[in-house]
Amino acid sequence: MSDFVSDFWGVYIAVVVIVGLVGLTFLLFSQSKTTVKKGEEVQITGHIWDDDLAEYNNPLPRWWMLMFYLTLIFAAVYLVLYPGLGTWKGIRGWTSVGQYKEEKAVAEAKYQPLYDKYLKQDIKAVAADPEAQAMGKRLFQTYCVQCHGSDARGAKGFPNLTDNDWLYGGDAKTIHTTIAGGRQGQMPAFGAAFGEEKVKDVANYAMSLSGKKHDADRAARGKETFAAICSACHGADGKGNQAMGAPNLTDNVWLYGGTEKTIIETVTNGRNNQMPAWKDFLGDGKVHLLTAYVYGLSNNAKAQ
Amino acid sequence: MDTQSTYNYKVVRQFSIMTVVWGIVGMLVGVIIAAQLVWPELNFGPWFHYGRLRPLHTNAVIFAFGGCALFATSYYVVQRTCNVRLISDKLAAFTFWGWQLVIVLAAITLPLGITAGKEYAELEWPIDILITVIWVVYAIVFFGTLAIRKVKHIYVANWFYGAFILAVALLHVVNSLAIPVSLTKSYSIYAGAVDAMVQWWYGHNAVGFFLTAAFLGMMYYFVPKQAGRPVYSYRLSVVHFWALIFTYMWAGPHHLHYTALPDWTQSLGMAFSLVLLAPSWGGMINGIMTLSGAWHKLRTDPVLKFLVVSLSFYGMSTFEGPMMSIKTVNALSHYTDWTVGHVHSGALGWVAFISIGSMYYLLPRLFGRDSMHSVKLIEAHFWLATVGVVLYIASLWIAGVMQGLMWRALNADGTLTYSFVEAVKASYPYLFVRFLGGFLFLSGMLLMAYNTFRTVAAGRPVDAKIPAVTAHAH
Repeated sequence: MSDFVSDFWGVYIAVVVIVGLVGLTFLLFSQSKTTVKKGEEVQITGHIWDDDLAEYNNPLPRWWMLMFYLTLIFAAVYLVLYPGLGTWKGIRGWTSVGQYKEEKAVAEAKYQPLYDKYLKQDIKAVAADPEAQAMGKRLFQTYCVQCHGSDARGAKGFPNLTDNDWLYGGDAKTIHTTIAGGRQGQMPAFGAAFGEEKVKDVANYAMSLSGKKHDADRAARGKETFAAICSACHGADGKGNQAMGAPNLTDNVWLYGGTEKTIIETVTNGRNNQMPAWKDFLGDGKVHLLTAYVYGLSNNAKAQ
Repeated sequence: MDTQSTYNYKVVRQFSIMTVVWGIVGMLVGVIIAAQLVWPELNFGPWFHYGRLRPLHTNAVIFAFGGCALFATSYYVVQRTCNVRLISDKLAAFTFWGWQLVIVLAAITLPLGITAGKEYAELEWPIDILITVIWVVYAIVFFGTLAIRKVKHIYVANWFYGAFILAVALLHVVNSLAIPVSLTKSYSIYAGAVDAMVQWWYGHNAVGFFLTAAFLGMMYYFVPKQAGRPVYSYRLSVVHFWALIFTYMWAGPHHLHYTALPDWTQSLGMAFSLVLLAPSWGGMINGIMTLSGAWHKLRTDPVLKFLVVSLSFYGMSTFEGPMMSIKTVNALSHYTDWTVGHVHSGALGWVAFISIGSMYYLLPRLFGRDSMHSVKLIEAHFWLATVGVVLYIASLWIAGVMQGLMWRALNADGTLTYSFVEAVKASYPYLFVRFLGGFLFLSGMLLMAYNTFRTVAAGRPVDAKIPAVTAHAH
């Protein structure tokens, strides 16, 4: 796609730049002839301001003129070699997109085999390989820490990946699906449908499921609502449904927080959460290694 | 008092005093946000948060401190070099009170989170309109005074002040064009890469015309005056003036290297930034060479020290700038604290030093004294400020280069060697030294405030008589 809406602007830019550079050269050249002969005294111009302000008329310092000319020459040469003069592409044919693609191709050729060699291995085998785990950790430290934290213990809204508690499932295949394709986690808002009291009741019931301190009367009332509405996703026993990413409410692990206030907020407003898909950006080899690393976070300690 | 036979020093006095006041306020906010970077727990609530205080700092030091210094000196210089009183006392007074109102409005709206979101142009549209009105009046006063001058030739300092006034009017109006949606919110009329380009065309020329050309005007009056020597080369003034004001306009895109800005625009920004080196240095050469024959005065005159050291920092920053605009250097330096260090070597080392030196020259003359209350305190101020700037710049050079290298370091498998937070952690000691440097600089300003107070208290406001035009000045 052209950077210009019409050919005129490309020409306009080129003309203004060339006139500008030539003009600067001419300005410098026109003032560069005077020199002071040896022993000759430089005179002031004869103009006086504010009592004693005067000006000598020394010639331009030679080294300074040379520096000025050199930068002008550099600019001219640079604008022949690289894009700059309107639609002129530059004889080197350089573009920033081209440079990016080139660097990426070089990097892929260099690094891809390092990752791809693990593709043939089973996730569990890769997870048990210390070298592969080290590489996975470095990938994690680059791409995943922003949300899941450098210790992988997550944060509010971002799951802890070290506790063997899974929203969508912790087997190797499911972890791979999550990383490669991303996830869209959604809980509908019930504030308007339930009303404030009912929301509070349900929240207390949810707290009772995890054995937290709660209001027993409210929990008893909330149980009915839960059975009628919430169980559709979270299950009759509140143990959730990994097929749809509905959290287990009985294990006292909370993605957004387990206080009454936060649970009320969750039920009232619902939640909307997203994990990005990494397949296209990272490619199969890196996703495979990351899968093994995340798998290892929960399973390697257990194996030992 | 017969106003026709004296210069209008009143408005110069007002702006000079406020230069000291706003200098302290702006730099204090700077020290606070520098402390917040070292001790993040110092962020209190939304109004005292780094994100809102940072624009307050930049606006206060550039437009309040720097702006008042430029108003004061340009009004002083244009009168004295034209042998004529300002064309209108009322309009000059309007610019003073108007400008103070703008500063107060900025100090209220920015902490409240009212912002247009454009760097160095954060103020919302009603304040932008007020600025435009004041600026037009400023232009009328300045150019009107120039028009009624009693001296045929226009002194070089006035070329620079004039270019500054015209260019800033253009930059401010074009960059601030916005569609208001309420009294406190507007949206830029530009979108995407065009908006970014307009913003940095403005941003870089704010540096070029507000912080460079205008302060060169200051330099061209106060350096030869304090040194008691003629300007080195009229010819050099002509060449570097025209080359500087032409070339600066092109350099903005170097703020947007390796972004969505078209390649041709980035190339032009880099090529012209390099061309800018010689025109920038022209001013430094003219200032420093003016001292030849008067170098011995540096030993005893701390005011001259401020002026000469400012030129050294000016030369250093205007060399560093073109180097940082080279794409391969920029790939390392961009987004790091190196940029912040670079800006402050210009802002503290050049702009603040030349302003402080000029104020020390002006204040006694405006208040009927032979010199400041204490020359020793000026000397102490000079050393506090110098050590402060050096600590500031050196620490951020190290921090910036370190950050740039850490961000690009790769493991054997192509992954990043350091996560972002590791570079933040490694920067702490340098951010502390930077805080210390800023604190020293601020301490110097407090000495200046005390010195100014004693000078003003012991003096009385005077308006100098306009002398008859000398025979040479034709």
